[in-house]
Amino acid sequence: MSEERTIRVEALSRVEGEGGLYVRMAGRVIEDVKLTIYEPPRFFEAFLRGRSLEDVPDITARICGICPVAYQMSAVHALEQALNVRVTADIRRLRRLLYCGEWIESHGLHMHLLQAPDFFGAASGIELAEKFPQEIQRGLQLKKLGNDLLEILGGRAIHPINVAVGGFYRAPRIDDLQLLIPKFEWGLQAAIDATRWVAGFPFPDFSRSYEMVSLLHPDEYPMNEGVVASTAGQRIPVEDYEKEFAEHHVAHSTALHSLRTSNDACYHVGPLARVNLNRDRLSESARKVADEIRFAIPCLNPFKAIIARGLELVHAFEEGLEILKSLKILKPARMSYAYQDGEGCAATEAPRGLIYHRYQVDSKGKVGLAKIVPPTSQNQRQIEEDLREWLPRILTDDDAHTADECERLIRSYDPCISCSTHFLKLTVDRHS
Amino acid sequence: MSGKGDTSMASNAGRPKKPRVAVFKFASCDGCQLSLLDCEDELLSVASAIEIAYFPEASSDMREGPYDVSLVEGSITTPHDVERIQFVRQQSAVVVTIGACATAGGIQSLRNWGNHEEFLKCVYASPEYISSLATSTPISAHIPVDFELRGCPINRHQLLEVIIALAAGRKPRIPNHSVCLDCKIRGTVCVEVAQGIPCLGPVTHSGCGAICPDFNRGCYGCFGPVMQANCDGLVDHYQSVGHTSEVLLPLLRNFNAAAPQFAAVSDRLSSADARESEGSQHV
Repeated sequence: MSEERTIRVEALSRVEGEGGLYVRMAGRVIEDVKLTIYEPPRFFEAFLRGRSLEDVPDITARICGICPVAYQMSAVHALEQALNVRVTADIRRLRRLLYCGEWIESHGLHMHLLQAPDFFGAASGIELAEKFPQEIQRGLQLKKLGNDLLEILGGRAIHPINVAVGGFYRAPRIDDLQLLIPKFEWGLQAAIDATRWVAGFPFPDFSRSYEMVSLLHPDEYPMNEGVVASTAGQRIPVEDYEKEFAEHHVAHSTALHSLRTSNDACYHVGPLARVNLNRDRLSESARKVADEIRFAIPCLNPFKAIIARGLELVHAFEEGLEILKSLKILKPARMSYAYQDGEGCAATEAPRGLIYHRYQVDSKGKVGLAKIVPPTSQNQRQIEEDLREWLPRILTDDDAHTADECERLIRSYDPCISCSTHFLKLTVDRHS
Repeated sequence: MSGKGDTSMASNAGRPKKPRVAVFKFASCDGCQLSLLDCEDELLSVASAIEIAYFPEASSDMREGPYDVSLVEGSITTPHDVERIQFVRQQSAVVVTIGACATAGGIQSLRNWGNHEEFLKCVYASPEYISSLATSTPISAHIPVDFELRGCPINRHQLLEVIIALAAGRKPRIPNHSVCLDCKIRGTVCVEVAQGIPCLGPVTHSGCGAICPDFNRGCYGCFGPVMQANCDGLVDHYQSVGHTSEVLLPLLRNFNAAAPQFAAVSDRLSSADARESEGSQHV
């Protein structure tokens, strides 16, 4: 007789924001897997309507305390398109530098404090520091350099105040930024060592067939611009994003599920997608480390996202250094513009994956419509699909063990639940 | 102050027992609790001086209460959270609210002035799946709070000071002057006087380091109103030099929109606007 069983994880840990997991099984047959997202809705798209377009980067930053720059960058690019503003190459470079800061901070945090503990049965990065004191200290110092950069260029690390539609409120002080050069030289080497460290972790032998989606740019690693590319071979202009990807509202989540419009299939965004689609545009040192650790693409093992984060950490330090070493006085700091009726959209790469914004603005500079698709609502269905494959492999009679193993897989996506609400608890329901 | 068992922080002073600290999240962006993980230089030593008993964002080892200190991030926006915050109070000797959401309702309190049904429909295709209140309220509207740490986001150095002070059984030393004074201390040229940019610095609580004026923009009130803020006086001044409510109203209705002093003056502005538009219709 097969047994009824429900496994619930009421509150997922080491993820940003709050959600859980519900699994219903009849014997060993998995009937339902739901990533339940109960993070309370905050209605950003509703209260952006009627606000001045200049308020948008400050307000959308508050969607997520871990990746505010991703929201700010996506917002200003979309609004600049609506206003027909083109920023200078120097503003563009400093925006990339700011994004490097956020990738360093966010990847440093996730690699060392959130995902690494899973490979050693530790409850936290703090506990893991007892076993790997030097590695965790190094990780913290790497993360700190990301925050230092955000503070100098953005005013502060969480919710930076220097990002404006058209550029920056104030040109950064070059002397302050140049102080980071020796620290970033240390950071580049430390990031290489950290990547070697995580590449040696005991990874489960688990690969999936994914459609992976990220930005693709002809001559740079994608951050702020590019076409939306899929490992299935599609190249989609950002303007056509909503034709190819649509959000669906499901009962068990305050985050919307984004699926492909052609076949309602899920897809995978994030650092693995980016590395798989853009490996040869990683910086030289990142490519060298990838070769050394034999990181083959396509990599379809979700747990190995931690290695992809490491490679991107190396990239962010190397590109950051290059920009820091070639700074010029930023003039103008901000492009001027005139209000006009218009619409604009943009996609950028948040640390945890593709993020899409679209705005309509009017001739008085007010927002008429705002649409925001964060990375985690795009990964949510993919995570559920992964769990359906993962569960039969790790399932034991011990529900606590099953729940832990499910959480490991979820965490490898670095889900940002706070972001995705417009997002986790594990519940397993077993019955015959 | 409610609390169970041997949870008085002060009585622990000088004793080897580590204070049990919990971190709870309500409606928020996670940025304020992230501030604790952003104390990269101090994190491991702080973690050895306290017992991190419940901090789901950082640890899967989630221990049951009671707790000596609970740091509470986020505002109350759902029927479930109205009940959950009572549980947090019962389990905690000291409750410290961290950030603008917890202390004032946060940016999501803009719903207090909007139409909740319309907001739901704007974001969600099936609003019936969503359980949410028409208001976003600070933690202090629901339970007694022992200490409030302001900011959107909070200042991590102030967070460390609160944790160290409470562990030592003393009152946290958090300056309570205005951002305006911080500009004078750092020697920042006044953006209002020199450039005519409307700035909330004179009525906003210190804590950010007066960064916005240093970056050539006016303060937008992340740390909420300072004690005895003369918001009416400031708004009257800005109107007298030609700033309209179209600029001033959204400036006040930001991340601390529902803080009483900011809400009172923004309500005054919006009802004056309403009277004016009524008047012009009669002409």
